[in-house]
Amino acid sequence: MSEQLTFRKGLKDGLPICLGYVSVSFAFGMMATQGGLPVWVALLISMTNLTSAGQVAGTTLLLSGGLYIEIAVTTFVINIRYMLMSLSLSQKVDAAMTNLQRWVLSFGVTDEIFAVAMQQKGEINARYFSGLILTPYCGWALGTFLGAAATGILPESLRSALGIAIYGMFIAIIIPPSRKSKPILRVVLLAGALSCLFTWTPGLNLLSSGWVIIICAVAASALAALRYPVAKEAQT
Amino acid sequence: MINYAYVLTGVLIMALVTYVVRMLPLVVFRRKITNQFIQSFLAYVPYAVLSAMTFPAILSSTASGWSAAAGLVAAILLAYKDKGLLTVALGATAAVFVVEQGMTLAGLPL
Repeated sequence: MSEQLTFRKGLKDGLPICLGYVSVSFAFGMMATQGGLPVWVALLISMTNLTSAGQVAGTTLLLSGGLYIEIAVTTFVINIRYMLMSLSLSQKVDAAMTNLQRWVLSFGVTDEIFAVAMQQKGEINARYFSGLILTPYCGWALGTFLGAAATGILPESLRSALGIAIYGMFIAIIIPPSRKSKPILRVVLLAGALSCLFTWTPGLNLLSSGWVIIICAVAASALAALRYPVAKEAQT
Repeated sequence: MINYAYVLTGVLIMALVTYVVRMLPLVVFRRKITNQFIQSFLAYVPYAVLSAMTFPAILSSTASGWSAAAGLVAAILLAYKDKGLLTVALGATAAVFVVEQGMTLAGLPL
């Protein structure tokens, strides 16, 4: 009963991702306008970046006046995982996919879209993949717009409380795998502890948040990769 | 006043870097990474990044360190019970809101 991988099926499979994205990007939109960016810039960031952690970190740096090189390196390090996903996808797409289609569709590789694409049996085609990207993309843009526009009309007490929303989502992403995997738990604890150390130690806290994230993430991941190498071919 | 030249250049840099990272492997490489260290490193990176971004920044994300701590505890408890992203985010938000309203009512400084 293998369903045809049509554009329409792609749209449908993207719907659950779309709903999740509306809420995550809502928090991003609020964060951006609370930091002082106009609504259209928040929307522009979401529509050109389409990545949660990467654009939050990049926007945080923008708001604090970070250097271009910091913004570039932070965005690169946070999004480096997409390389692995795109690489896996390059083995999964059918031979009929043209280079132009690869150039366009690679824009839409996110954690969730990648996960759903890899769940399909056999190869995937450009029609299905474009549908799978389109629905979440619209949700990402819509949520950002709503969040950015809502900031101005929310009372101060609610805005303060919503400031924690995006971190709540990050915690929801890192805790469940940490519970199931000891190496991931160690990575999370080490990266978080290093980040606290850099933020609170006099002298070290002169480093901007961008570099702190890079140093902590690279150090924790490299140590874990040495001590707990993942089994070959193990893909999530 | 916003420095639009700076902000828009920054946004362009973010967009370009993010795109190139996604595009290169799909367009250029056609073979799988077999280096076990790089594979493992890439598998751990997302968690390390999110953790470094969350801690300790979450503690200064609201009007008061106390309310932020309450939100953090709520988020960890909900996430530990495998609740979805939205539930955890709203749960943390609700905890912050309740604590801040309580502190205001009790006349404590935020």
